Amino acid sequence: MVHFTAEEKAAITGLWGKVNVEEAGGEALGRLLVVYPWTQRFFDSFGNLSSASAIMGNPKVKAHGKKVLTSFGEAIKNLDNLKGAFAKLSELHCDKLHVDPENFRLLGNVIVIILATHFGREFTPDMQAAWQKLTNAVANALAHKYH
Amino acid sequence: MSLTRAERTIVVSMWSKISTQADVIGTETLERLFSCYPQAKTYFPHFDLHSGSAQLRAHGSKVVAAVGDAVKSIDNVASALSKLSELHAYVLRVDPVNFKFLSHCLLVTLASHFPADFTADAHAAWDKFLSLVSGVLTEKYR
Repeated sequence: MVHFTAEEKAAITGLWGKVNVEEAGGEALGRLLVVYPWTQRFFDSFGNLSSASAIMGNPKVKAHGKKVLTSFGEAIKNLDNLKGAFAKLSELHCDKLHVDPENFRLLGNVIVIILATHFGREFTPDMQAAWQKLTNAVANALAHKYH
Repeated sequence: MSLTRAERTIVVSMWSKISTQADVIGTETLERLFSCYPQAKTYFPHFDLHSGSAQLRAHGSKVVAAVGDAVKSIDNVASALSKLSELHAYVLRVDPVNFKFLSHCLLVTLASHFPADFTADAHAAWDKFLSLVSGVLTEKYR
């Protein structure tokens, strides 16, 4: 089981408190679809994804991004039991959504990059390390129920 | 995989900004690499890797200079990095997974220093460019 030190928890929750989840969520999902276009395979119903500006401005992308990042926020409230917290979502992503867990890692890295653009110098190497640990742990928790 | 003309333009124009802070960018990229992916330190048992170390700064400069060489020969990266490619294949033999970690840390460093320039398009172009560079550096591995 992943263990977060007090410093790591502080780094994570401290930064999270300043994140605009709606905005960051849309940006994160948008960038995933722009930077790794093959991830668009899960979103045929989202309409216009034909260019970076179309993707970043797409209302369905923004709405879904908000949903995803809000869920990520739940992880932060359950740092001591991520596998438990994400058990149902893990089953959903495997059995119904059929999402390759590699996509969770890609999204995690995009979230880290967005935090870097928003927080600049404040997003130090130590901060990044805590967040990489978190995104890695969330990705593993979401993949845990796969079969 | 090759870069479109638009992607090349983005990479080259951002580079002119990056190159003015090359050493800072290089050092920070390595600091991020060793903080987030401590296993990368196994390739540097002979280095003092503490923040502020002269060796870290020197190596960071080296890495960024090589990226710069690739940018300057963006139409033929394989030729520009041919010697480095051989070095990594026959001497250094750094496991290929580490190029992904280093590339990611460079992207985070760029995002942190140049947030306004690091748009979704720029992010995509740089991710692709670094992926191409990594491919060149590992293409002689076997």
